[in-house]
Amino acid sequence: MPTFVAMPAIETFGLEKTYTVGFWRKRPRCALRPLNLAVEEGEVFGYLGPNGAGKTTTLKLLMGLMFPTAGSAKILGREVNDPQVKAQIGFLPEQPYFYDYLTARELLEYYAQLSGVEARARSRRVAAVLERVGLRDVAGVQLRKFSKGMLQRVGIAQAILHDPKVVFLDEPMSGLDPIGRREVRDLIESLKQEGKTVFFSTHILSDAEALCDRVAVLHQGELRGIGVIADLTSSVRGKVEVIWQGGVIPPAMHALSAECHLIGAMARAVVGENQLDAAVDALRRANLKLVSVTPVRASLEDYFVEKLSPAEVAAR
Amino acid sequence: MTRVTSIASNTFREAVRDRVLYNLIAFALLMVAASLLVGQISMNIERNVVINLGLTAVSLFGLVIAIFIGIGLVSKEIEKKTLYTILSRPVRRWEFILGKFGGLVATLVVNTVFMAVGIFAAVFYLAHHFQRADAYLLVALYFIILQFVMITALALLFSSFSSPLLSAVFAFALFVIGTFAQDLRGFASLTHGVIGWIAIAAAYVVPNFAALNVISSVAHDQPVAASLVLYNTLYALLYSAAAVAGAMLIFERRNLK
Repeated sequence: MPTFVAMPAIETFGLEKTYTVGFWRKRPRCALRPLNLAVEEGEVFGYLGPNGAGKTTTLKLLMGLMFPTAGSAKILGREVNDPQVKAQIGFLPEQPYFYDYLTARELLEYYAQLSGVEARARSRRVAAVLERVGLRDVAGVQLRKFSKGMLQRVGIAQAILHDPKVVFLDEPMSGLDPIGRREVRDLIESLKQEGKTVFFSTHILSDAEALCDRVAVLHQGELRGIGVIADLTSSVRGKVEVIWQGGVIPPAMHALSAECHLIGAMARAVVGENQLDAAVDALRRANLKLVSVTPVRASLEDYFVEKLSPAEVAAR
Repeated sequence: MTRVTSIASNTFREAVRDRVLYNLIAFALLMVAASLLVGQISMNIERNVVINLGLTAVSLFGLVIAIFIGIGLVSKEIEKKTLYTILSRPVRRWEFILGKFGGLVATLVVNTVFMAVGIFAAVFYLAHHFQRADAYLLVALYFIILQFVMITALALLFSSFSSPLLSAVFAFALFVIGTFAQDLRGFASLTHGVIGWIAIAAAYVVPNFAALNVISSVAHDQPVAASLVLYNTLYALLYSAAAVAGAMLIFERRNLK
């Protein structure tokens, strides 16, 4: 019986980009060090990193807007510049700008033509996507009268207009108010439900934690880490949180932990795993009732910070 | 081809909505003023003056549009990042260049057609009838359109690798030099040796706008030879095709930072 191996939706093979900077004395500046990455079909993949990490450069290379210095990339098993691939991807650039002399409907119809959407399906598709991003009532308004948040919705609409299999979003929550961010999150969730692959870059970790199956952390053009969100946030950090009843902190507990707090009639302390027995003994001696002992788990933020400055973390 | 026509029609729509065709109002006012004024002060040369003035105005108005829109055709799209959402679709880079070129040429042709109507109206106003020599005006207008095609192609070529300001300077300088192309060729033929070859090559690389300018002879009712029409058509199309192909080749490998 033949076995079928799932093909990654996005793959990069030593993808690298070096710019030349300076006018007289030209010198290289590495924007992306060799990147090897595979994103599976149907996955929501978060591409994290601070500003200037190389996220947008990666997306431009994947969109064929830039050419790599070395390496290559494939989307749906084909070269990134293959028109068949481009017909199956959607892209929202960071802080998008559109032809402001067009109305939202005209712009989307233009993009639908360029994406090869059949003429008879075009109007229906445009109307549906305008409805989906909540712009139906302003479809006939010129984009120069749109707010930043509305333009971001237009950007999302044009990215999903042609029902692509893979959607690339560069900082999709940028410039949005809390409600707008929530709507974009819901939209990404719904794309996931439809089985789309979503690759989005962000530096807002809560968004990535809420949405992504996996994340990669990029810093100074280098891939610092990659993993499944659940694994990254479930790793135990060698500490436990002890909670007990009774509004006192025994002196022995103070000696064990610098992190002791009173919370009403309860108290809390974080101690090392190897100090757990001593902590429980201290509570027993003081006749205090133990409520819970919980391993302290890492947050995505912990992982992110750790990956950004490994030398600093190692030195601790 | 659908994608090329879509990009071309959007470029045309942009020009219309950015009020580029408002220059027609200025042109119409110029023609009305010229017709009224010339009718009062000149003796039997009204027609000559109106045709000279009208065709020169068509040429200059179109030149300004061709250069100032042409230089931004690519660079503006890169600067405003509108190109990102175009090239991330199944649009090849050469299709984008061809579409933008076609859109601006279509804008210039429509603009010229409206202006041509203005010139014919002014000529009719002065003579109260049309004459056979008025048909030569059409040839002069056709040559002006060929000039626009060449200038647009050159502006697009410069726009594909240079900043808008430098592109404008290059395109305008080439237009001025090209106006004296015949003289350049004459000077080049007087030089000898390696420098002579270089001078001749340079003189022939420069666009020959002088050959496309028949305004003066048309204003004096002199017919234009059919062979010149054929030669100029081939020359303008080949020159423009080479410039557009150059723009495509440069743009094909350009990194959009």
